[in-house]
Amino acid sequence: MRYAMAMDTKKCVGCSDCVVACQTENNVPHGFCRDWIVENVDGTYPNLEMEIRSERCNQCEDTPCVRTCPTGASHIIEGGIVKVTHVECIGCGACIQACPYDARYFHPDGYVDKCTFCDHRVSKGQDTACVAVCPTKCLYFGDLHDENSPVSKILRERKWKVNAPEAGTKPQVYFLI
Amino acid sequence: MKKTSRRDFIKISTLGVGGLTMLNPVLNWVPGFMPKEKTPVDESKAKRFPTFCEVCFWKCAGFTYLNDEGNIQKIVGNDDDPHSNGRFCPRGTGGVGLYYDNDRLKEPLMRVVENGKSVFKPVTWEKALDFIADKMKIIAKKHGPESMALLYHASSGSYFHHMLEAYGTANAAKPSYAQCLGPREAAFVATFGAGLSSPEPTDVKNTKCLVLIGNHVGENMHNGYVQEVSDAIDRGASIITVDPRFSTIASKSKFWLPIKPATDIALLLSWIHVLIYEELYDKKYVEQYAFGFEELKLHVKNYTPEWAYTQTDIRPEDIRNSAYEMAKASPAVIIHPGRHTTWYGDDTQRLRAMAILNALLGSYGRKGGFYFPESKKVPEYPSPAYPHPKWTWKDITKPTYKGAGTGLANDLIKASLPNSESPYKIKGWFVVGTNLLTTVPDKSITLKAIQNLELMVVVDTMPMEITGYADIVLPECTYLERYDDIRSNQHRYPNIALRMPAAEPRWQSKPGWWIAREIGVRLGLQDYFKWTNVEEELDWKFKQMGTSLEEMQKIGVKVYEKHKPLYLADGEEYFFNTNTGKIELYSIDLEEKGYDAMPRYTEHKQPDDQFYRLIYGRAPMHTFGRTVNSPHLSDLMSENTLWVNPSVAKIWDLHNEQYIWLKNQDSVISSFPIKVRITERIRHDSVYMVHGFGKTNDKLSRSYGKGIDDTELITNVKIDPIMGGTGMRENFVTFVTKNPHQKEQNA
Repeated sequence: MRYAMAMDTKKCVGCSDCVVACQTENNVPHGFCRDWIVENVDGTYPNLEMEIRSERCNQCEDTPCVRTCPTGASHIIEGGIVKVTHVECIGCGACIQACPYDARYFHPDGYVDKCTFCDHRVSKGQDTACVAVCPTKCLYFGDLHDENSPVSKILRERKWKVNAPEAGTKPQVYFLI
Repeated sequence: MKKTSRRDFIKISTLGVGGLTMLNPVLNWVPGFMPKEKTPVDESKAKRFPTFCEVCFWKCAGFTYLNDEGNIQKIVGNDDDPHSNGRFCPRGTGGVGLYYDNDRLKEPLMRVVENGKSVFKPVTWEKALDFIADKMKIIAKKHGPESMALLYHASSGSYFHHMLEAYGTANAAKPSYAQCLGPREAAFVATFGAGLSSPEPTDVKNTKCLVLIGNHVGENMHNGYVQEVSDAIDRGASIITVDPRFSTIASKSKFWLPIKPATDIALLLSWIHVLIYEELYDKKYVEQYAFGFEELKLHVKNYTPEWAYTQTDIRPEDIRNSAYEMAKASPAVIIHPGRHTTWYGDDTQRLRAMAILNALLGSYGRKGGFYFPESKKVPEYPSPAYPHPKWTWKDITKPTYKGAGTGLANDLIKASLPNSESPYKIKGWFVVGTNLLTTVPDKSITLKAIQNLELMVVVDTMPMEITGYADIVLPECTYLERYDDIRSNQHRYPNIALRMPAAEPRWQSKPGWWIAREIGVRLGLQDYFKWTNVEEELDWKFKQMGTSLEEMQKIGVKVYEKHKPLYLADGEEYFFNTNTGKIELYSIDLEEKGYDAMPRYTEHKQPDDQFYRLIYGRAPMHTFGRTVNSPHLSDLMSENTLWVNPSVAKIWDLHNEQYIWLKNQDSVISSFPIKVRITERIRHDSVYMVHGFGKTNDKLSRSYGKGIDDTELITNVKIDPIMGGTGMRENFVTFVTKNPHQKEQNA
């Protein structure tokens, strides 16, 4: 099993619903987020282009965050989801430095926190909170090893890219372009 | 593309303005709100209560979930609900913040004079309600009950409406008409004999071409509409966006026409010209259903794309090609009527031009155009007939604005002015869930009117600016803590939804239905409130509708069978509710009322040197000022920014993130500064900001002084002669880089 997510930059309106839904689902404290919106504008008026992305931990296959963690708090679970065992985390921040995507943050309670692909939901067959809420249905989730999963299907149909491929981490969040 | 990071998000995204990292997480932590390491709610086991959202008028239905401690944790859409299809928008998802906001109104407050100064004193509900009823009795005796007016927007407004009608007044207005969608309603009534109402019956999910005139869907998060637009993008439908700003939806459009502001009617007339003179309109449809085609043809003869170019800055070939795109999609094409349409004063005529375009393209009553909606009638709980008021808002408004479809908030405010020469004088206000000072432009008039009132009651959940002027402030509990009247809006299928409390009201706040009933009883109107608890009233109504409160508490939403088709059958005879029974391209009704029978183009003022047109709009995570103080949503966007074109920024030597003040054409200076956002996404002759910020009440701890309230700079109000709406987009601002309030502060 290899969980992955695809996000359609053509449909996303950058409303941040994914951000709020994640916060209320996962008790993310005010002032922090596990997912976020990026907007890139190119060109000059009136010849403009804009891309909007909903971003989060890329649940990389090659994980510098896990490699640098001195306590083993950062680890990989079934489906390739990268998790942090909060009680084992000493808050040293090495993983934050190592992550090319700035996907981790210091939780005010003294540990490092990040997106979990809502493993508590997907293990029960539900979608992640962000996928379930998105009004534009621009997020696709599933198992890449299952060719009928929404993410496998959409990646076959559409052109895609990943963020910072040069970092060599084999990210598993795909952006449909 | 540069490496993206959470820090960049703050700087570059539309959301990033002063957002996440600027907040001190410790200070913003709400004690007891989210205890450490709480496990997520298990939806299959958790307690949940049906509701429909109160964060905007779309009123999406969903469920409020409690966590293990029994506190409200999250709100999730109801899959059976056609408004949300199980997906809430960011505001609805973040609606929990309205409940947890500790800045909420907590107890009834009464204005008293202490040591020569007006102050609010906390009083018991008993005392507050007695005071209101006594005053209302005096007003009824002195001026007649008609002199009380209701200005409202919240769902609970219906209970206040009922109480006031029983008392003897029909004077009521929502700013959502004359400050928002009124022109489009008047225009569609004049053209098709029916307004559009809400949610708009636009068949976006089946359309092949969606045409948006300043409509920024995606930034306005009208949920079902956004969802259908996304589906349309998936299906490859083409979008044509007319906007001086490169809006989110402009970036997803096949055609973005960056129009010179205030020239929309020129573009619309030239599109009509192209469709008619190049014979691209739906001939069969027009012949069967439309009236006045020949007059229209003659009328638009000279409105060529070449002429329109001189007005709009849009090249003739772009005008033609976009018209061809619409014609190709016809009848599955929508010239979307939008919602906030009070712009330049000739708004009903602009919307008329849009309605006429829809008619020429044969889209009204057609798949992929406008469908025929249906709604379920909610029966009235048995009570005596209302007394017949001696006069109503119609006597105030209709002689001047003959096309007005409802009361006008701005007209009821004017009727409250001390020097009002009209015999129809308003002496008391109930303000329910609307912050009139930021919803109705030119607040100097509102403030003058307030000084003349004998009673002003404000019912709200938050200490909005308007509360500061009340005699009595009543704290309403939020929608998550109360029942409300049944939601029954039109849609493809008739449907109803229940809102029920998921928690006890915090502090001393109370539901609107209870407040209205208690006042009613004190006024001796018990017969109009024969139920003692709203559950009794709702259950009775539900039972007439083939369900019950008990069933609705489980399912939340009930969808009924349809009785009429969504679309016209091919060649079907259809009677439009107009003078001619046809779609009136040439409006007999408007002509008889003394207005132009067909839309004309008039040039509007453009900004003077060093001034820029003030354009305002929405951000997806906020519903105007209603949400800017929410702990959840202010996290996402805590202040608005001023969008400035780089060429303008260069002239003024402005820098990104620099705070500046604005001064308008009438020398009104903004109370607070706003952060500059230099972006190519706005025209050089305009600036843009999101509406709803710049709160002036320091009781709003998260939003006080953050950004600028555009309404305070809207002092030039262009009134629509047909329906009396307040056009707000002919205001121009210039930049003030040094603090203009410095002196006052030092003095």
